[in-house]
Amino acid sequence: MSVDYRKITLNGLWENNPALVQLLGLCPLLAVTSSVVNALGLGLATMLVLTSSNLTVSLFRRLVPETVRLPIFVMIIASFVTAIELLMQAFTYELYLILGIFIPLIVTNCVIMGRADAFAAKNPVSAALTDGFMMSLGFTSVLVLLGAIREALGTGALFANMHLLFGDSARSWTITLVEQYDGFLFAILPPGAFVGLGLLIALKNVIDARLKARREAKAAPAARASGSKRVRVTG
Amino acid sequence: MALIHLSSPHVSNANSSPNMMRLVLIALLPGILAMTVFFGWGTLIQIALAATLALLFEAAVLRLRKRPVGFFLRDYSALVTAVLLAVALPPFSAWWVTATGIFVAIVIAKQLYGGLGNNPFNPAMVAYALLLVSFPVEMTRWTAPITQGGEGWQVASFIDTLRVIFGSVEPAFYDSFTGATPLDELRHRNGLTTEELWRQSDVLLNGVGAWYAVSAAWFMGGIFLLSRKVFTWHTPLSMLIALFLVASMFYGFDPDSYVSPIVHLGVGATMLGAFFIATDPVSSATSNRGKIVFGASIGVLIYIIRTWGNYPDAVAFSVLLLNLCAPFIDQYTQPRTYGHAKPNRGLKGKNQ
Repeated sequence: MSVDYRKITLNGLWENNPALVQLLGLCPLLAVTSSVVNALGLGLATMLVLTSSNLTVSLFRRLVPETVRLPIFVMIIASFVTAIELLMQAFTYELYLILGIFIPLIVTNCVIMGRADAFAAKNPVSAALTDGFMMSLGFTSVLVLLGAIREALGTGALFANMHLLFGDSARSWTITLVEQYDGFLFAILPPGAFVGLGLLIALKNVIDARLKARREAKAAPAARASGSKRVRVTG
Repeated sequence: MALIHLSSPHVSNANSSPNMMRLVLIALLPGILAMTVFFGWGTLIQIALAATLALLFEAAVLRLRKRPVGFFLRDYSALVTAVLLAVALPPFSAWWVTATGIFVAIVIAKQLYGGLGNNPFNPAMVAYALLLVSFPVEMTRWTAPITQGGEGWQVASFIDTLRVIFGSVEPAFYDSFTGATPLDELRHRNGLTTEELWRQSDVLLNGVGAWYAVSAAWFMGGIFLLSRKVFTWHTPLSMLIALFLVASMFYGFDPDSYVSPIVHLGVGATMLGAFFIATDPVSSATSNRGKIVFGASIGVLIYIIRTWGNYPDAVAFSVLLLNLCAPFIDQYTQPRTYGHAKPNRGLKGKNQ
């Protein structure tokens, strides 16, 4: 069986993007995207968990009995999440404190469970690995994009506090977009996340509709050319 | 049973949306006049700014949605939303506060849900709540009524008001022309009883008359709309009665720590909310019985949020919460239809 990596990649990043199309994992998506650093921190953690859980689930897919597969997947995912949690405690302690309960909650992220059951349990290792990486990359990019929008609107700056993730050299990465910004609290609060995500989904649908229209416009001349061969029977 | 039999012809003009909206705009005039008299030019400037922006945003979104622009602009609903938001905002709000509010009201709360008739929430109140949460400093800097400005009739000039809204002024300006509203004052009482507070506070002693006058003007407008049958009495009356009853109950038990029901009716946005906001035909309950439940719940919620909540006034939050409940209220208050023995209300299969 050959694996269509291009399709898997496109699926994870765009066509079947977990955040914009499947609407999975909305709880962390809405809760932690108040700034880029929070979004990226949780995004990276999710990426590590999803990629390694997909890999492991795929490795053991022939050994796992059908009836108890879900508890076994949860065990696998939970052990990776525990490892990530300990890693974050060791290396990015402040960020670990900020993200708080949302790191252990990665276990319950539906994207991870969904991909384990729907894809990794039925596909070879290389495909499962690609799928896990691309799905989580798609998820993380939406997370970071939403974080950037909310941080820019809410505080008038971007990439604040990046040193929590990248060490002291990242302290100077903050870009102040507007001097003397009064702050737009709504964007930081949870309702801002709902509205922001809604607008992102709308944007994706608009782009899809445009692409489809363009593809049809390209296909149309050929169809017309073949249609003109029809024999005229009247007039 | 109708006792008076009218002879034919019975047909009169159907009340169209543009016509109703025009009547609402006319009914808002006395309130706007009263606000201008007592709080200065700010209200008029806010209305002009809000109306212009509302029409622009509405036209832009209608174009994007490929809807007939002229047809929908002529129904005046954007104007009504703009004026309602403008009179709810502090008269000295900066232009960007108003602009954000109008954008949220027209684009997000109204057009993104499908335009007039499809919005589950009252657009002006969505915008007001969002602004109140987002810009607490700007939104609580209410203009002081003119009777209060030191040596008598002192009010910011037209030019100064323009400068406050579109430019910037030194902070001292705000000190001389803005102050706490009566509801603010009554919230932050520093352990004083209501009576002590009343004697001590300048706003309550001298300024509260201005608020009563504005409320009376809204009330007049509301009665006009009632007489023209733009809405029925159910929502406003049940809201005011519920607020009055709850307030009297607490005031009766303990007049020292609770505020008199008359004050609850007369200050803040009670009258504006009762007659112009809770009666929004789109986002409120439909049947008469439903309207009574809807209005009374708003009244009770206003009292609860004003007395124990975090914000001094509560009309916007109460109306939004009840907008959310309106479909539920409708489900359980559906009247009996002609030809059916029982009303078809509640869950299917429950009442049979």
